[in-house]
Amino acid sequence: MRPLLRFWPDLRSRIGVYVLVLVLTLLANGIQLIVPVITGYIVDGPIAHRDLSGLWLPVLGVLCIGIAEAVGMWARRMIVAPVVSHWEVTWRSRLFDRLQYTSVAIHDSWESGQLLSRAVNDLSQLRRFFAFGLPFLLSTPIVLAVGTVMLVIMQPVFGLIMILMAVPAIIAVAVFEKHYRETSRRSQDTMGELTTDVEESIQGIRILKSFGRSPWAAERFSEISTRLKSLEIRKAKLDSWLWSVLLLLPTVAQAAIVAVGTWGVIEGWTTIGTVVAAVTISMVLRMPIEMLGFLLADALMALTAAGRYWEVIDIRHDITDADGGVDDAPEVGHYLGKLRFDDVDFHFADTERLTLRGLNLTIEPGQTLALVGATGSGKTTMASLVPRLQDISAGTVSIDGVDIRDMAVNELRHLVSVSFEDPILFSTSVAENVEMGSPGASEEEIWEALEIAAAKDFVSRLPDGLDTQVGEQGLSLSGGQRQRLALARAVIGKPRILVLDDPLSAVDVDTEDRVQQALREILPDSTTLIIAHRPSTAALADVVAVLDEGRVAALGTHEQLLDSSKLYRELMGASAQAEAHTHPGTAASAKEGRTP
Amino acid sequence: MSMPRLDSDDEIEALPPGLAKKARALLMSLVRPHLAMVVFLAVIVVLTAALMVIGPVFIADALDKGVPAAIAGDMDPLIRAVTLFVVSAIASAILAFTSTRLVGITAQRILFTLRERVFTHVQRLDLGYHEKSTSGRLVSRQTSDMESVQQFLSYSLFDTALAVLQMLFIAVTLVVLDVPLAIVVFAGFVPLFFITKAAHSTQRSAYRRTRTSIAKVIVHFVETMGGIRAVQAYRRQPERRGTLSDQDARYRDANTDALRGVAWFAGWTRLIGNITQTVIIVIGAWLVIEGWTQIGVLAAFILYLRRFYGPLDELVQAFNLYQSASAALEKIAAVLDTDPEVVEPTQPRALPAHAASDAAASGRALDLDDVRFAYADGPDVLPRFDLHIPAGQIVALVGATGAGKSTLVKLVTRFYDPSEGRITLDEVDLRDLDDVQMRSSVVMVTQESFLFAGTIADNIRIGNPDAGDEAVVAAATAVGLDGYIRRLPDGYATDVKKRGGRLSSGQRQLVSFARVFLADPDVVVLDEATAHLDIPSERLVQDALATVLEGRTAIIIAHRLSTVEIADRVLVLESGRIIEDGTPDELISGTGKFAQLHQAWRDSLV
Repeated sequence: MRPLLRFWPDLRSRIGVYVLVLVLTLLANGIQLIVPVITGYIVDGPIAHRDLSGLWLPVLGVLCIGIAEAVGMWARRMIVAPVVSHWEVTWRSRLFDRLQYTSVAIHDSWESGQLLSRAVNDLSQLRRFFAFGLPFLLSTPIVLAVGTVMLVIMQPVFGLIMILMAVPAIIAVAVFEKHYRETSRRSQDTMGELTTDVEESIQGIRILKSFGRSPWAAERFSEISTRLKSLEIRKAKLDSWLWSVLLLLPTVAQAAIVAVGTWGVIEGWTTIGTVVAAVTISMVLRMPIEMLGFLLADALMALTAAGRYWEVIDIRHDITDADGGVDDAPEVGHYLGKLRFDDVDFHFADTERLTLRGLNLTIEPGQTLALVGATGSGKTTMASLVPRLQDISAGTVSIDGVDIRDMAVNELRHLVSVSFEDPILFSTSVAENVEMGSPGASEEEIWEALEIAAAKDFVSRLPDGLDTQVGEQGLSLSGGQRQRLALARAVIGKPRILVLDDPLSAVDVDTEDRVQQALREILPDSTTLIIAHRPSTAALADVVAVLDEGRVAALGTHEQLLDSSKLYRELMGASAQAEAHTHPGTAASAKEGRTP
Repeated sequence: MSMPRLDSDDEIEALPPGLAKKARALLMSLVRPHLAMVVFLAVIVVLTAALMVIGPVFIADALDKGVPAAIAGDMDPLIRAVTLFVVSAIASAILAFTSTRLVGITAQRILFTLRERVFTHVQRLDLGYHEKSTSGRLVSRQTSDMESVQQFLSYSLFDTALAVLQMLFIAVTLVVLDVPLAIVVFAGFVPLFFITKAAHSTQRSAYRRTRTSIAKVIVHFVETMGGIRAVQAYRRQPERRGTLSDQDARYRDANTDALRGVAWFAGWTRLIGNITQTVIIVIGAWLVIEGWTQIGVLAAFILYLRRFYGPLDELVQAFNLYQSASAALEKIAAVLDTDPEVVEPTQPRALPAHAASDAAASGRALDLDDVRFAYADGPDVLPRFDLHIPAGQIVALVGATGAGKSTLVKLVTRFYDPSEGRITLDEVDLRDLDDVQMRSSVVMVTQESFLFAGTIADNIRIGNPDAGDEAVVAAATAVGLDGYIRRLPDGYATDVKKRGGRLSSGQRQLVSFARVFLADPDVVVLDEATAHLDIPSERLVQDALATVLEGRTAIIIAHRLSTVEIADRVLVLESGRIIEDGTPDELISGTGKFAQLHQAWRDSLV
């Protein structure tokens, strides 16, 4: 129950409206009880006595109640519609916002479809429950209680029969509840799995097509889909038990009332009229009892949905400002941009193995440091620590001596601009994608950034230039083009600190050289950490750090390291190069003017 | 500037005329295989409806005749009536039990079929479609639209039939009881008809709006969560939140409209039912008083009348679920209705068998004759050209971004078909090859190295699902990934989506390569595939490649030019044209574009 109770603050904020809905629901149920009484009166009274004049008043009553019932039904639905529709989107926005500020590491541990299925399927289940299930679930016991009380007043024995019937019903419900809740949870989780699978099968379509693995993907999908099917069928089977029990019990009670009532009439402790009235009331109570089965199933699904919703809302935000929140637009202080790693350890949450251990590194303001290292040596991890996409496990990362954990998260991210190895573009125009790096940038600045990233030429050739839509919903660009737009986004506004994670891997060497030069000339004041695989990139950096086994194994200029570090020579392909090639002259770069 | 791409979006979202009809046809085609079950369920419906009408008769009988008889000392009528009542109740319960199960099973089977059908169809759609569409939209078809269909199938199909039948039974009873009164009841159907007609059109448009708007919400959600790194690094949260609330506002309004449409529909229906009831009482009373109708008949009439209009509520509910489901089915039908532009041949031709002598690894000749390519009716991306690659040749494609290398590769791998001309593999047109043979023969490693949920071993095994563990390890070893994998918490069984198993982009590329090692194709196509690797890894991969490519035909796109070392032939592309073609040595020693590029690349090393 707890997950559903936690929606109380939302309910309370609209409590007036919701109580009105409840009252209208109750009234609708009540009317069901009253109308037969009046029509019975009409038949037995005016009609039996052929008294046309006595007819008008009760008929008017029936008409008024009829109109009131219709209006009540209309009003209930009209009132509840905007409230629950609003709740659904409110909850989604909360879920969405929670996730937006959840750290990357936690994001990675969730399957994307599990998040989406919570945001869509579970919330629509909750909307339905609060619109219909809950009001009826709350009013049904009241109707049942009133009916039972009426029976007890009429004849305690009949009341007792009704109450006795409730015992097996409650047992059935209890058994059902446990199994159904468990199945419903598994089913909704499987729905999330299915969502993930669909998403992957579309995002990975190129791989599937190039290897002809669509049948394999279909098999995977089929397996999950079959599981979902069986769980849903299991739910239907559980439903069928409860349903038939709840259908059978009231009729058995009715038969018992007739049998016991007859005996009572013979014994003289009750009258035929009372028996008839008792059967009539039990008839009216059948509807809500039968509905109880449906309501219960609905409530259990809602309970599961609510549980799944709160699991996301309860995700702890571990990367926050000092006050535990995240300010979207904090004040940004003035920094020179000296970036320093002090004894930094890092390991992922689910493993003890250190990815970075005791790492020490200082980058002076305006300096460009190239980070090199073998595939999987932790370069990308290190880059992600600077804007606090992940937090270090031990040690400190500081800017101008200030621990980055003591800065507001978004102040830090304002100072630090990143370009990722997998360029991420959003579904909007080229201009907006670039402008993100420095909101409010002028068109001139955008063009300048594009020029630094060597993207100016191809952007100006795009169908709508800067306004061309890109991203998943737009024009499909090549990997190199996407990388260059992402780079332009990183460099626009001349950030204090620039972190470039292998930003030009899909770009030809010519272009890469041009970009490197432009970066040096146009952004001389930006402290730059660039992950590099190419000797040319490393050569242009002021200093090069070699990452190995989670620490800086060597530090120096490109030339120094070529001399001193065997590892560096290997990484740069220098030693192999010299051996493998018969043109030694080409190994000597004109820029360095020396031979390794 | 923040205008969403409505034009293209609506193009895909736009509902071609006759789609409502297609949605119905789709529903029919789904239900048809379960016809026997449907007939059986229909029988259950008839029985259930009959019992619902008869049950109260037994209890009335017990009260009217049984009790007085019992008081008079004759227990038999009472016992008989009560027994019949209980038996009918048990029968009802059994029928309800059976129908709930069967409806659940049938609905789930239908949904299963529909899901599979959509999934396989989406997989069959060509890359051109996928490049225009978004994953979020297709995900919404498989999730929230399916949910609408499920709601309808599980909760209303059976109930609708039951309600209709119940009304039919009662209608017959009413006519038998009293014809003039029955006519009054049926007169109520005239306004109901018009109300339903009006509701049909308003509700359909409201539900279509809910489907379209929730799809946009899903697209936005998927994009935000997929790009969470950039969202956080560039502090996009307020803006993303704004877009979500705009889109959700549209969904909320559509939903409110749909629910309010239900309110009007349900309200009117109930009003008409209640007014009819009043009219019946008045006319009935008048008829009774005038002596034209029996009082007992009127009493029964009033009793049945309430039960007659009761199912209308369920019909209203079912009607709305149907409207919502058909809006969803329209969207699904639109996907299923899209034909892939790259189609499988109806009468595939087989590739000639390899000569026995070089069965181990033998390439195939790849010929592009008079090929021209343009997207839809855009300008030519690749103007008319010929290219002949003999079996076993390794070709390197070189050229600036946008020169047409990727397009050429997409044609060779049949992601697209050429606008004109033909591409043949050992003299067989690619369009005549069946997909399985085509894909096992030509394999491509793409720029993006996507990993699927599952273990690392599973991901490598995409190259060849039948490969044993040793083959997987061998492939990983060949590309230099084995050592890293063994250090992971669960080795080859590490889940790639778990944090500790998160691979760097370089490692993901190695996984891509390992897949090729397992795939054992005739033709290998590598698209800028070594971009994220450090030089030693790249060299390791290239050494391994040199072994695996031995004897196979290969096309390699290489910006880095290091791959050129293992190539037999280099093609330099510029603006979609092949401007240089020769062995690496010839071109390097020449004065052309490649010689310049090569020099620049040499300079970049060290």
